[in-house]
Amino acid sequence: MSSSQPSKYKVRKEYNEPIEAPDLSLKSWARWLWRQLTSMKIALYLLLFLALASIPGSVFPQRSADPNGVVLYFKNNPELAVWLDNFQLFDVYSSTWFSAIYILLFISLIGCVLPRVGVHYKALRADPPEAPTNLSRLPAYKQLTQTEVNLDNAVVLLKKRKFKVIATEAGIRAEKGYLRETGNLFFHISLIGVLIAVGLGGGLSYQGQRVLVEGDTLVNNEASYDFFAPGLLFDKNGMEPFSLRLDSFSTTYDYKNPANYGKPMDFIAKVSSKETPTSPLVKSQIRVNEPLHLPGAKVYITGNGFAPVIVVRDKDGTVSYSGPVVFLPQDSNLTSLGAIKVPDAKPDQFGILAFFYPTVAKLSTGALTSNHPYPWDPLMTMNVYVGNLGLDSGIAVNAYKLDVHAMKQVAGGKSGVKALRLSIGDTVELPNNLGSVEFKGLKRFASLDITYNPLDIWVLFFALTTLFGLVLMLIIPRRRVWVKVSKTEVEVGALAKSKDKSLDKLVKDIAKSLKKKSK
Amino acid sequence: MIPEIALNPELATLSRVIVLVALTFYAFSFIVLAWALTKRAGGKGKKDKFANRLDAIGLVLMGVGVLANGVGVLTRGIAANRVPWANMYEFSITGAFIVTAIYMASLLFRDLKFISSFVAGFVVLIIGSANTLFYVQVESLLPALQDYWLVIHVSVAVLATAFFTIAATLALIHVMKESTLIAKSKLRGVQWLARLLKVFPKVEKLERTSYQFNIIGFILWSFTLIAGAIWADKAWHRFWGWDTKEVWTFIIWTIYAAYLHATTTKGWEGKRAAWLTLIGFSAIIFNFTIVNMYFKGLHVYSGL
Repeated sequence: MSSSQPSKYKVRKEYNEPIEAPDLSLKSWARWLWRQLTSMKIALYLLLFLALASIPGSVFPQRSADPNGVVLYFKNNPELAVWLDNFQLFDVYSSTWFSAIYILLFISLIGCVLPRVGVHYKALRADPPEAPTNLSRLPAYKQLTQTEVNLDNAVVLLKKRKFKVIATEAGIRAEKGYLRETGNLFFHISLIGVLIAVGLGGGLSYQGQRVLVEGDTLVNNEASYDFFAPGLLFDKNGMEPFSLRLDSFSTTYDYKNPANYGKPMDFIAKVSSKETPTSPLVKSQIRVNEPLHLPGAKVYITGNGFAPVIVVRDKDGTVSYSGPVVFLPQDSNLTSLGAIKVPDAKPDQFGILAFFYPTVAKLSTGALTSNHPYPWDPLMTMNVYVGNLGLDSGIAVNAYKLDVHAMKQVAGGKSGVKALRLSIGDTVELPNNLGSVEFKGLKRFASLDITYNPLDIWVLFFALTTLFGLVLMLIIPRRRVWVKVSKTEVEVGALAKSKDKSLDKLVKDIAKSLKKKSK
Repeated sequence: MIPEIALNPELATLSRVIVLVALTFYAFSFIVLAWALTKRAGGKGKKDKFANRLDAIGLVLMGVGVLANGVGVLTRGIAANRVPWANMYEFSITGAFIVTAIYMASLLFRDLKFISSFVAGFVVLIIGSANTLFYVQVESLLPALQDYWLVIHVSVAVLATAFFTIAATLALIHVMKESTLIAKSKLRGVQWLARLLKVFPKVEKLERTSYQFNIIGFILWSFTLIAGAIWADKAWHRFWGWDTKEVWTFIIWTIYAAYLHATTTKGWEGKRAAWLTLIGFSAIIFNFTIVNMYFKGLHVYSGL
C-alpha cells in the first residue's frame, strides 16, 4: 500500500514493476503471493473493492445501526430478507467478505510500509544518489556550452534551498524533501494505529442503555441496565461503582418564531451523581451534544417520553399496583403507548393498554391524537383485558408490551364498554368489578446511553497523526538535482517525486548560478 | 438555557432574491464564457482577440455573481441566526459561493481560464436546483445540530467539495481529450467537440493541476471525516457507527485514496486516474443528493 512512489523513480522496484510468474515450488509461490499482495496495484484494487463493498450497508438496514429497520425489512419482504441475510447483507461491516477485504488491505499495508521504513532510514543517512547516465531524459534539463563554470555558486544556492549536497570535480548531486516520504510512512503507520485502537477499543468497551424515570437511580453494574453489550475483553467485575439519579427532565419548545412553532429547542436532564457510594453527590446536567463524563463512562440522553403515575385499587380499595409506567412514544408529538400489568389482582389477573396524548386532539375520523409534545392538555385512554398475563411461564416478556391474544377485552374496542378516559387526578371505576384506576400524576423519563471505550482517545490521537502525515506527504516536494561536468559540456538535470511545475525554474536558476563569476 | 432565537423571515426572503440576482449574473457569465470557448474552437484558439474579450467580460460577470452570492449567503445566516449551512438549500448556495470564490482565487495562481464556463455552468445548475427543488424557509436548529462542530465539520466538507469539483472538471476534459470514441467519431457534432477539445491545454497539464486540487480536497475531506467522528462521539455516543452518511463519507475517502495510489502506479496514472476522479466526484454528488434525500440515517438534515 505504498503511496506516492513515483513512476519515474522508485525506492524499491517491486512495488511498481510487473511481477514475473512464479515457478512451481511452494516457496516461490508464497513469495509471489506476498509480492502481489504488497504491490501498489493490489492495494489500489483492494481500496476500490472496499469502497464497492461498503455500498450495500447504506442500501439495506444494518443490525448494528438500525435493528428495527431490519425487523421491518423481514416483515415486509420475508423471502428476500432471508436470502439477503444468507449473504450477510444486514451485517455488512462485520461480514466475512467485508472483513476479508480489509484484512487483506491491512496485511498489504503492513507488508508495504514496514520494509520502506528501513529503506527510508538508509536514504536519510546516505548521500544523494549518483547521477543517471542520461541527464537529458529527466523532466527538467539544461545544457551549458561553456565548460568554465562555478560549481561553488550552485552549491551555495542548493544549500540555501535546503538541499543535501555532495559536490565533486565531476559535478553535484543534491536531494531535498525527505519529509515527504517521512510523512508518507507516518501516515500509513498512523493508519495502522487507528485500526488497532479501533479494534482493541471495541473489545475493551461496553455500551449500556437504561430508561430512567424522574427520581430513579442507575447504579453502574450489568444488572441495572435494560440493555448491556460488553466487548469481548471487557471486565464486567471491574466496572466503576458510580451511581446516577435523574432529578428532572425538561424540554424547551419555540413558541416565538412561526417557522419553528412548537419545535423542540433543547432537552435537559438534570442529574445527581456519585463517583463511588461514599463520594459526595454532584449535581450536573446532560444535554444533546453534552454527555456527562463519569469515571469509566460517558452518559448520553438518546430519548425521552412520559411516565404517567398510575394507582390501581381492587374493589375493597386495597392498592394492587402503584407507580410510574414508562409509555413508549409513537410519534413526534409523543402520542404514547403503555402497558399496565396487574398480576396480583383477584380473582383474575388483568392488564391495561393505555394511550397517552400530551395535547389531545380529535382527527376527522373521530380517533384521538396528540398535536403537541408538551402536556398542555393531557388525556389517557385505557383498554382493559382480563386473563393470564403470561408472567409466570418463565419466558421473558417485554415490559412495555401486553400480549392480549389469550386475554378477554372488557373495556374499549368491541367489548361493548367504552374505553376509559382519564385526565390527571381522575379516578375511574374499572369494568367487571375489577376495582378502580387513578391517573395520579405525570412524570418524564429519559433514555440514557452509557458508553465506555478506554481507547477512543487513542483513535483520535492516531487520526490526527494520520492527518499530519497526510499533509507532509502531499505538500512537501521531493527533488533531486544533478550537475554533470565533462570536457565538452555542463549539464543540469532535475527530477521530482510529484508532478511539479517549478522544476524547470530550479534548473534555470542553477544554470544561471553556474555561469556567474565567483565574488 | 438557550437564549431566545429570533428568526427573520423577511430578511430570508430578501436573501433569496439576492441569491437569484447572483444566479442571473452566473447565467449571463456562463453564456458569455461558453460563447468565448466555442469561438476559439472555430478559429485561432488562444490568439482569438474577440474570445479573449468575451472571457474578460464573462469573468467580470462571474465576479459580480460571486459577490451577490456571498451577500446572499451572509444574509441567510443573519436571518437564521446561525451558520447558513444546515439544509440542502443552504449547503447549495454556500457551496456555489465557495466553488466560485476558490476558482476565482486560483486564477491568481494557475492559468485555469479554460474551465471558466464549466464552473459558471455548474453553479448555475446548483443554485437553480437549490432554488426550485430545495428551498425552505429559515428554521432554527434541532438540539442535535446546535453545536460548534456544525460550523467546522460542514464548512470543511463544503470546502473539500469545492476543490474536488475543480479537479473533476479538469479530469472530465482530460478523459474527453483522450477518448478515441470522440476523436474518431464521424458524427458532425462530435467532430466539432473534438475540435473544441483541442483548445484545452495538454493532458499532462490537466493531470497535474487536477492532482493539485485533489490533494487539497483529500486533506480537507480527511479532516471532515475526523471532525465528523469527534462530533458523532458527542452527539450520537459513538465516533463511528456506519450510519449511511458515514458510509458514504468513507466510500468517497477510499475512492480518492485509490486515486492517490493510481497516480503513482504504472498503467493507472493519467486517464485511469482521471476516471477515478470522476467516480469519486460522482460519489460526492450521489452522497449530497440521493443519500440526503432518500436514504434512511441519522443525517436526516436535508430539511426537505
